[in-house]
Amino acid sequence: MRAYDNVKIARQLARPTALDYIDHCFEGFIELHGDRLFADDNAVVGGIAWFNGIPVTVIGIQKGRDTAENIKRNFGCAHPEGYRKALRLMKQAEKFKRPVVCFVNTSGAYCGVGAEERGQGEAIAKNLFELSRLKTPVISIIIGEGGSGGALALATADRVWMLENSVYAVLSPEGFASILWKDNTRAEEAADIMKITAKDLYDLGVIEKVIDEVPGGAHLDFEFTANLIKHNLETEIPALMSLPTEELVENRYKRFRGFGEYNE
Amino acid sequence: MAFFNKSKYTPLGLNIFKKKDDIVINKAVESHEAQSLEDIKTEEPVVSVKCRGCGKEITKAEAGKYKICPKCGKYFRLGARERVYITADKGSFVEFDANMTAANPLNFPDYEEKIADTQNKTGIKDAVVTGKCKIGGQDCVIGAMDSSFIMASMGSVVGEKLARAFEYAIANKLPVVIFAASGGARMQEGIISLMQMSKTSAAVAKHSDAGGLYISVLTDPTTGGVTASFAMLGDIIIAEPKALVGFAGRRVIEGTIKQKLPDDFQTAEFQLEHGFVDLIVKREEMRDKLAEIIKLHYGKGGGEQ
Repeated sequence: MRAYDNVKIARQLARPTALDYIDHCFEGFIELHGDRLFADDNAVVGGIAWFNGIPVTVIGIQKGRDTAENIKRNFGCAHPEGYRKALRLMKQAEKFKRPVVCFVNTSGAYCGVGAEERGQGEAIAKNLFELSRLKTPVISIIIGEGGSGGALALATADRVWMLENSVYAVLSPEGFASILWKDNTRAEEAADIMKITAKDLYDLGVIEKVIDEVPGGAHLDFEFTANLIKHNLETEIPALMSLPTEELVENRYKRFRGFGEYNE
Repeated sequence: MAFFNKSKYTPLGLNIFKKKDDIVINKAVESHEAQSLEDIKTEEPVVSVKCRGCGKEITKAEAGKYKICPKCGKYFRLGARERVYITADKGSFVEFDANMTAANPLNFPDYEEKIADTQNKTGIKDAVVTGKCKIGGQDCVIGAMDSSFIMASMGSVVGEKLARAFEYAIANKLPVVIFAASGGARMQEGIISLMQMSKTSAAVAKHSDAGGLYISVLTDPTTGGVTASFAMLGDIIIAEPKALVGFAGRRVIEGTIKQKLPDDFQTAEFQLEHGFVDLIVKREEMRDKLAEIIKLHYGKGGGEQ
């Protein structure tokens, strides 16, 4: 199986979405809307729910399960207000000492005129800044595509997990081939060298855990993967909640501070 | 993100040092202490270049130390050392981590060769130069990115040098001034380059929590993952006139919306109008403005120094 086969599975319309996992793993999800600044971005969903009796904040980037929903969700490409809504809910979680669980599935932050006018770069930057020092646990799970800064804005977390067939990259393989080789038809080749699969990123130390899917992808046995997510959260949420806040935040700082290879 | 803004323009006077050995290397990495640096020397003008604004041939002498076209006023892009030269008080600059160079975390084909070639052409080791200096007599930490180095893309070296610069500033209670310029993430370092966005943003947050002042200066071009991280996180964000400042690349947006964008889209002025930049400052007035702002925060009656 080549890396690009994971890309194809990750992008499938039948791929379970953030709301599918939220409904399965949590009880009594109450969706909360809007960034309080400009609008409510339907590409990002978020709210409060119960996890085994613990109140949690859950946030996801939501792709559509059909064309109509994809249009509503802007194909899972958030505008700045989507990231600002996510940040508002994260700050709210901090206030009420709730852990945050994020489900990431986006080809990337939306590239458009309105997104630029309203500060797409600033919105992502602010999420990285605030998440790096958020005084409550954050777990992010890449469930499909983890597209660059648009994914990172919900994945500057204490723990980052990936489903087996999900991908996480600085740029799509098509974009990568286009920039480096001026040839976007070489995406499969690009995917091979980019190190974008869950296994590659686990080996690189970028993520803590790979969550299994049945052969062919999570859509073929949704409950199998969803139950694994739930079981892993059952261990990790209490473990992170038991850490003193200062230690939690310092560990998160060190997690990201440690990334990079250089010679001197 | 990470859209490279390919330019056919070759900046003039990249090697403003007579030789690379003039740079005193910081060996004491852990303490970030470095020896003093000799006064920065400039080469005699040897080239002229076509101005992208008016198309006229301009010699280096005509463009002057600020590298501004005398015919039309367009700014040429400045190398990192040139930026430090026009910003820092004479003889005050001490470079950090001058010898840090890129590794190849993904074993990307031909990356080492590309780095070596670019180092030879530009006389710098990677896309950012950091250090400490005085600006108008005020101590500060400074960083300048260099668009001649693989479009000032951010890989591990840029991320590490910036994170260390902010940490040095925290330990020494200093303000930080970063001159941003970038095409985005360093493609050849893949996901590791993406992680530098969180790493630098986390370092900015730590410096901010310690009460430090961070002035971000956006220069032409500031785009992609640098815009979406430390460049947009300044307490005060300054831009140079007409600098390209945005997140997504123009061609990518045009491809998405199937329309041509107006010329003033994603300029410094556009960002000012939309509320993402505090002020636009002319290059020749930048140093004085920075000194004034730092003094307002750290001078007598202000914060600690």
